[in-house]
Parts: sequence; structure tokens; C-alpha cells
Amino acid sequence: MDAVTASLDVSGLAYAYPDGHQALFGVDLVIGRGERVALLGPNGAGKTTLVLHLNGILTAGSGSVTVAGLPVAREHLAEIRRRVGIVFQDPDDQLFMPSVREDVAFGPAASGLRGPELEARVEKALGQVGMAEYVDRPPHHLSFGQRRRVAVATVLAMEPEILVLDEPSSNLDPASRRELAEILRSLDVTVLMVTHDLPYALEMCPRALVLSEGVIVADGPTAELLCDEGLMRAHRLELPFGFDPRSVDTRS
Amino acid sequence: MHVPDGFIDIPVSAATGVIAAGAVAVSLRGTRRELDERTAPLAGLVAAFIFAAQMLNFPVAAGTSGHLLGGALAAILVGPYTGVLCVSVVLLIQSVLFADGGLTALGVNITNMGVVTVVVAYLIFRGLVKLLPGKRGSVTAAAFAAALLSVPAAAVTFTGMYMVGGTTDVAAGTVFTAMVGVHTLIGIGEATITALTVGAVIAVRPDLVYGARGLTVPLQLRVGGRLVDAAPAPAPAPAAAPPRSSRKVWLTGLGVSLVLAGFVSFYASSDPDGLEKVATDKGIDKEAEDHWLGDWPLADYGVEDITGARLSGGLAGVIGVGVTVAAGSGVFWAVRRRRNSAQSADSAGSGESWKAAGGAESRAEKTV
Amino acid sequence: MGAGHAHRLYRHGHSPVHRLPPHCKLAAVLCFVVVVVSTPREAMWAFALYAVLLGAVAGVARIPAGFLLKRMLIEVPFVAFAVLMPFVAQGERVEVMGVSLSVSGLWGAWNVLAKGTLGVAASVILASTTELRELLLGLQRLKLPPLLVQIASFMIRYGDVITDEMRRMRIARESRGFDSRGIRQWGVLGKSAGALFIRSYERGERVHLAMMSRGYAGSMPVIDEVTASRAQWARALALPLSALAVCLLGWTL
Repeated sequence: MDAVTASLDVSGLAYAYPDGHQALFGVDLVIGRGERVALLGPNGAGKTTLVLHLNGILTAGSGSVTVAGLPVAREHLAEIRRRVGIVFQDPDDQLFMPSVREDVAFGPAASGLRGPELEARVEKALGQVGMAEYVDRPPHHLSFGQRRRVAVATVLAMEPEILVLDEPSSNLDPASRRELAEILRSLDVTVLMVTHDLPYALEMCPRALVLSEGVIVADGPTAELLCDEGLMRAHRLELPFGFDPRSVDTRS
Repeated sequence: MHVPDGFIDIPVSAATGVIAAGAVAVSLRGTRRELDERTAPLAGLVAAFIFAAQMLNFPVAAGTSGHLLGGALAAILVGPYTGVLCVSVVLLIQSVLFADGGLTALGVNITNMGVVTVVVAYLIFRGLVKLLPGKRGSVTAAAFAAALLSVPAAAVTFTGMYMVGGTTDVAAGTVFTAMVGVHTLIGIGEATITALTVGAVIAVRPDLVYGARGLTVPLQLRVGGRLVDAAPAPAPAPAAAPPRSSRKVWLTGLGVSLVLAGFVSFYASSDPDGLEKVATDKGIDKEAEDHWLGDWPLADYGVEDITGARLSGGLAGVIGVGVTVAAGSGVFWAVRRRRNSAQSADSAGSGESWKAAGGAESRAEKTV
Repeated sequence: MGAGHAHRLYRHGHSPVHRLPPHCKLAAVLCFVVVVVSTPREAMWAFALYAVLLGAVAGVARIPAGFLLKRMLIEVPFVAFAVLMPFVAQGERVEVMGVSLSVSGLWGAWNVLAKGTLGVAASVILASTTELRELLLGLQRLKLPPLLVQIASFMIRYGDVITDEMRRMRIARESRGFDSRGIRQWGVLGKSAGALFIRSYERGERVHLAMMSRGYAGSMPVIDEVTASRAQWARALALPLSALAVCLLGWTL
């Protein structure tokens, strides 16, 4: 995986908030095209701060972020934001238009798409998440799981290079959780999934990164990391009661 | 203080309309230095906040009700240019949507409540922040003083407009006394809310307060478990506005102060008489105002029942204006002097363009 | 965060007035108010005609009179001010039921009341037939600088957030026995204002981040084009034009 073909290349990224609180202390990571990677870490590790750097909402205090060869910098923010699709944790933050259709159309319309092309894009994205029949409903009348799927569609409609999901499984009931996993597996994009949900990470992502105190402290196959009890304890990562990563077959 | 249609005659409405449009155009230009894409919603929030605050009508002396103007809060939180825009947007929406303040009186209202309050408050605030020790408490104290004085200043300007273009022939002294007296009291409420809000925001998110920018800590990297200093990043946006723009602000301030001072010396001598007495005698019933508030979703944030102290309007008016002018011009000159001695190479400012303001660019050129 | 929720002043309907493009309505209301304000106050009959015109528009828009009148109560503080005028204005005075009133004050009160009321009524009709989002689009199409439209749309979006947070904080306050009476409680209210500000900001900030992540750069992307046909403009401008005719009559008669 060299930097040219990598979907995402972060090196030496450090960032402090304007109030002086420093959240990232030199993050290095590379994600190849088509990979599905889990980003694990305890609360306050800097996961959300890192995510906000990926599409240039926060700009690196030092270090660099490159998306498919394009550096994240002010001059190509529009292109970067088209390439990096972020699905935020709370779908209510993500869905702000009066109807599902307008919400999904928002991103492509902002990049200049109009008319039938725009309609086709919306239809396709909603089809990918299985929400095509809800196109004219107001988002706040959908169930939580449906809203999260629409949130994914709003991002897919921009045809991103890499899909970044912040806690995709939070607040989902088991059925919605499984449906979302199926949708994500069916997509042909690079996925970076930020999560505390270790079984979900194991199920979805062959590779995992551990972010702790503002740096990447581990990078390897998800099953291996989850089995490393010392690592898990040192970074406040706990498996749910009764869950044994060794007993799960992840090759499916 | 919202002026309805037909209250001020057409020439003065038109003239203030031109002043307001000019101020908005200048602000659209200046705003590019104050807002970046991350702080853009802050302007919207400040506007919404002022909107909400203006719904809290509290009764003040003589059965008149007052509300917060919000100019000081806006200037301190988002900067003077954006502040003018915020208040203007509030007034525009109030007038279009809620019929609060006439459409043809929009110029009068924006000039009074948007431009005058913001400029006066920001001048006082900047001046005090420079004079006081550089602590967070100073910012809060300066916010208090700025808000306190900005309200009577708006009242004085209103009186001036009324004298020139009022459609009814009421004695100058009467309007002056009633407006300034009442608004000195409102100023106290305004100052309290402004200082507490600014104080609370500074305590939690100092990065959101325009008037308190300039805190940066060097970055560190964690290398092999140890922290080392990172190479310094390119300097972030400068804390203060570039020299050219601040000079513009000061000059505007001087102009406004002179106008205010002129009105004061001219009208302060007229005999104040009894609008207040009439108001209380004839029983302008306070209950009447609660009906329309009751329908409003924000009405339940109950401050309606605060009963104001009764202060003699005349006395308060004279004191209020005296203090405004004295403090305003004193601070202004003190700051001028310090600026002249410490005239340094302020970084010439961010080259980033605020695309959205592009349309107003050419118009702003003409009005400047 | 309900950007799309109808505002409370809006009255859902499908009348011809509802269907007019928002910028036509805005322009019409603005022109109407300008015409009304420039009418001489002595031409009392003209104001009656304006009221009839507005009544007709309200009729076409199917807004019940009760709804309209209730919304117009916002004017009450100014009515109070206007009522004072005859007492305090200078000049010639007349005796009405034993009270000495100023003639110019009476004219002034009439002037403010008539013009103010008509302006309020026109705005209320506009607000009850136009959705917020449409209104913002209308302002944008009337060439209001995009930054102002942006601040306005954020403001309206934050309005919901603030109302929501306010209610929650008030419930929390009152359940701990706080009573908002008297000047001593200003401190508490001010402090909650600060907390309210932070809480609202942080909620809105997340939505803004989500918007920026999808390419938002200061103005709402156009998803459905709003265009006004000549016929729609003609219908919208019928109100200010007939008002103008009345106004001109008022000046000549």
C-alpha cells in the first residue's frame, strides 16, 4: 500500500482546540483502497477529532492528511468533502432537510448536480440502503434505524472514495444492526468505522486500529487485537460479558 | 423599541434606510475577517439568541416595557461587523414574519438597535479590554459596561430621529426623558444578561468569544511515550482586526459620539416633563402586553413579572447620557492614544475570502 | 432540528395566495406598506380602502378573521404608545369629555395606528401563507446578500433548538423551586442564559459540521427551482397596484 493508491494517508497529525486542550499528538495511519478498518479507542481518545480532520473541518495543527492522493487543504476542500463521506453518530444531526429526498439530494446538489442526474443519484443511494420507498417522508418521522440508513444514503449519494462511520451501531436494535451490517458489506467503498462496539468491529472489519491518548497504539487484524488482553486493558477497551473473539469465525 | 410603520416620516425613514444599508454593506465586507466556516453558525445562534432575548419584555418604570437589544452581546461574541449583520437579520425577520417593527421603518430600527448599539458597545468594550488587565474577568466586566451604555445610546439616537422626522409633535424633552430614562434601566438588565452570557461562554468555550481571541498553546507530539514540541504551524487568524479596518471602526465611533454629544447638548436643556406621570396616572395597563406574548413559544421563559424599580426618568436620563458620553469619549481617546504609541505591524490579515459576501463587494466599495 | 417544520405563524393551506412564489409575495407586501405609509393621514377613507383590500387578500387566502386578529395583537405595545400621544403632544388642544387633548397628537395617534395596523396585517398575512424556508428562498431571490440569508436560516434553525433547551432548563429550574419573580432572580436567569447559549451552540454545531461534510459552503443548494411566471407576478402585484391607485387619489382629492 503506497501513499498514491491509499484511500487515506494520515501522518504526524497533531491538533489542539482553540481553548488550549490538545486532542491529537501525532497520528499516523494508512488505509488502502477497498479496505474495511475499525478505529477503536476509549472515550476521549480523540476519535471524533481525528474524523473531523479527514474532510478538513478541522485543519491539522501539524502533520498531514491525504485522501486518494489529494492533500486536505483549503484549496480543494470541496473535492475532499465529496471524496470523504462522514456519517455522524446522531442521525438527527445529519438529517436537516424537510424530506428524505431533499436530504439525500443536499450533498450532490451542493456540488452542482441538477435535474434528472440528481434524481438518479438520490434514487440509487436510497436503493443501496433499502429506503427507496421512503423518499417523500420527513426524516424525523422514521425509526432510528431507518434514519441511520438514510444518513448513510445522504453520504453515499456523493459517491465517496471513503466512507467514515462514527459509532454506526449505537442505539440500534439487533435487527437494524444486522441490516446495517449487510448494507455496509454490500458497498464497494473503503470504510473506516469508529466504534466502541468491539463485536461489531470484529464482524465488519478485518483490520483494526487502536487510538489512545491522541496516538495510534496498535494496528493489526481485528481478531488478534481483541485477543490481546494486555493491550485491551491498557486502553480501557472491554469486550461485552461472555463474548469471546476466539470463538467467532470472521471469514464469512 | 421597535418602531412601527408611519411613526417616523418618509424622508427620515429613507435616510436611515440608506445609513442602514451602508452599514450592512460595510459589515458584509468586514465580516470576512471575523467569520470562518466553523464560526458561521455562531452568527446564526447569536441572532437567534437576540431574537429570543427580545421576546423577554420586562416592565420598566412608567408602565413601559423594555427588552434587550443584544447589540453588545453580538459585538462581543462574533465581532462588530458580524454583530451588525446579526441584529439586522433579527430585525428583518421580526418585521417580515412577526410584524414587529414596520417594514418601512426597518432603516430606523437597524440604525438604532443594530448599528448604534453595536458600534458604541464595541468601542467601549475594546477600550476597556485594552485598559484592564488581560484576564477573563476583565472581558466580562468590559462586556457589562459596554452593554450598559449601548442601550441609552440607542435611545438617544431614537430621540434624535424622532425630533427630525417624528410624525407627531411631542416635546423633545418629553421624548428624551422617557426614552433615555427607561432605557437606562433596560441597560442594567441588558448589561447583566450580556456579562453573564459572555462570562459563561468564556468559561466553557473561550474559542467562541470574538472579544477574547488570542489564546494559543504550542502543539506537542507523543513520540515513544514522551511529549515533544511539534514544529510551529502557520499562525492562525490574527486576534485583532487589521489596522485599516479598526481605524474605520474608530472613525465611525468618533462620528457617532459626536452626533450623540450634539443631541445631548441640544436637548438636555429642554424641560423634562411628565410622560411618565401621564402613563402611570392613565394606567397604561401592563396586562395588555401579556396576551401576545402568551402565544409565543418563547414566552414561557418567564421574566415578564419582574417589577421594575421606579426611578425618576429625568434624573436617570441625564445621568445615563452624561455617563454614556463621558465614558464613550474618554475610552475612545485613551485607546486612540495607546494605539498611536503602539502602532505596530499587525499582520495584514487573512487572505481567505468569504465567498458568500462576494455579491455585496461592489456595493460596499461605493458606500465606503 | 426542524429546519423543515412549519413555523407557528404559518397556516397550512392551498389557496392561490399560498401558491404564489415567495419572492413575489415579499415584494408585494413591501410595496404595499410603502404605499400605505406615503398616504396622507388626512385621507381617512383611503385607509379604510386599504383595509378592505387586505381583507380581500385574507379572504382569498382563506385566513379566518379570528386568526388574523389574534396574530395582530403583537401591535398592542404601540397602541399604548399611540394612545399617549394626544395627552403629551404640543400645540392646539381640544376638550373631549373633560380631558384636554392635543389636536396634532390626535392626528399623530391616528397616523401611527392606521399605518402601523395595516403594516402589521400585511405582514401577518404574508407569514401565515408562506413557509419559513420559502421565505428565505424568496429573500435570496430578491438578491438579499447570501450571507444575510445564511445567518437568517441559521437563526431560524437555532430558534427551535433554543426553545427546546429553554423549556428543558426551565423545567429543571422550576422543579427545584425557582420562582422567576423579582429583580434578585436576574442573576439566575442571566446564568441560565449563558448555559443556554453554550448548550444550543453545541447542538447546532454538530448539524453544521454534518452540513459542511456534505459540501455546504454558505448557501443552500437549489434542489427545486422556484420561478415566477408573469401571471404570478401580476397577481401578486395586484395588491400594491390597487393600493397605489388609492394613494394617488388620496393625494389629489
